[in-house]
Amino acid sequence: MKLSKLTLALIAVLSLPAVKAQADEFKPEDEQRWQQQFMETVKQGRELWTSPKLGSNGVACGQCHPNAANTHPETYPKFQKQIGRVIPLWEMINWCLRNPLEGQPLAADDPKIIAIQAYITYERRGVKLEPGKH
Amino acid sequence: MTNINRSRRHFLKTGGMLALGSALPISLVELAFAEPSQNFSFAYISDAHIQHIKDARFVRNWDRGLIRAVAETNLLTPKPDFVIFGGDLAQLGSQAELDHGAEMLSALNHKVHHVMGEHDYYLDLGAYWQKLFGPQYYSFDHKGVHFIVLNSIRTYDDWTYKRWPTAEQRMVEMAGLDNPNSSPFMVGDEQRQWLKADLAKVAKTAPIVVFSHSPLQKIYKGWNFWTEDAEQIQALLKPFNKVSVIYGHVHQIQYNQIGNISFNSVMATAWPWPYPNTYAQAEQYLPKLTVPMNRADPFFERDATGWQFINLSNGNVDMNFTLYSNTERVVRFDKLKKQPQDRDYQAESSRIDPQRHY
Repeated sequence: MKLSKLTLALIAVLSLPAVKAQADEFKPEDEQRWQQQFMETVKQGRELWTSPKLGSNGVACGQCHPNAANTHPETYPKFQKQIGRVIPLWEMINWCLRNPLEGQPLAADDPKIIAIQAYITYERRGVKLEPGKH
Repeated sequence: MTNINRSRRHFLKTGGMLALGSALPISLVELAFAEPSQNFSFAYISDAHIQHIKDARFVRNWDRGLIRAVAETNLLTPKPDFVIFGGDLAQLGSQAELDHGAEMLSALNHKVHHVMGEHDYYLDLGAYWQKLFGPQYYSFDHKGVHFIVLNSIRTYDDWTYKRWPTAEQRMVEMAGLDNPNSSPFMVGDEQRQWLKADLAKVAKTAPIVVFSHSPLQKIYKGWNFWTEDAEQIQALLKPFNKVSVIYGHVHQIQYNQIGNISFNSVMATAWPWPYPNTYAQAEQYLPKLTVPMNRADPFFERDATGWQFINLSNGNVDMNFTLYSNTERVVRFDKLKKQPQDRDYQAESSRIDPQRHY
């Protein structure tokens, strides 16, 4: 019942001559908003990257990786020889959280680790993807 | 001369292996300008970044780097005449960090000459550091060589005195290597005047070795691999036949030749830094001459640190890098090309994959 009501409502909306919006149409304002959302996440990532509070010993990611250099996000997932299997970038971030930062690892969908990945990747923009590269 | 150096180096390596079984995260420098009997060596430890957590707790990783360098320096044979500490003893310039660092360094059986780093300076503008270690810039002569120590990490007065509400914030802003709020390093007018007067007393033929924390050349401004008045200092050093600049700060192997001046960096005891060309958004000028050190393996805490045997016979730097878990690097002054050259890896075609940072 619910579904058919929704379908009817959709048909009603779409059949209105004044509203021509299709699902795959978007405007510059939409793109702007999405970009803002992304850049806001990048900014949060940068804050975490330089924060002495992410781990337990005051060491920040940015201390060894200024501008997230030498993190190679374009090469992941890749075989990490020290771990012995193919891992995605967030697992390597967690390795750093546990070791140099002496902190706790984050869940894969934790907003913090998503923000960190957004920042790392943003600093690497323009570099071609080379998954698996060493 | 070469034979003496080789045998000495062999002896040192053997000594190191006997003692601790691995490479030294320090720099051994041998000067061989005059009579062989006048030859001497000195050790170089730099960038320890001792970091206070809370109460009596400090970051273990960085402590270990300095403790190890000190222990191994004490085992050097022949005994070095003195030790240079190249700056950034502390991470955030606090008395706790400087005291803890000074305590570890006090185990050295040698006279230590200190160089100021930005991490030592920007909390109290060097006041406590000076109390512990003496003047921020000075010179001394040793067996015919004129040594100069500069504080190269000062910056514009506006930034230092007017920009920040607290000293703590000023320190944190300068401590972030990639922080866009920081400010370019410089030696400044006062020290350049002093340098000019100091150099006026030195014979043009005397070998000169300058220690600075930042490179006295411009490599990448974004990370302060840079000294704003580098050209003016180079101009003051130009009239001398043999000039070497040895600097810390960059936590990586760099070398260059600008006119009569050879530039060499030393390793950090704390952690390695990426080369600026690995930052995709950077415009940078890593000396074309420099063949990078191998990419660091983060799973080995002390990787990408090492020690250098530096032979300065004829007044030019011949560097022998021994790198932890890595093949040795040898960078020698090429007398025909008049510049440092890597013995094995200088040609693009002879480089190995770990030296191609990306």
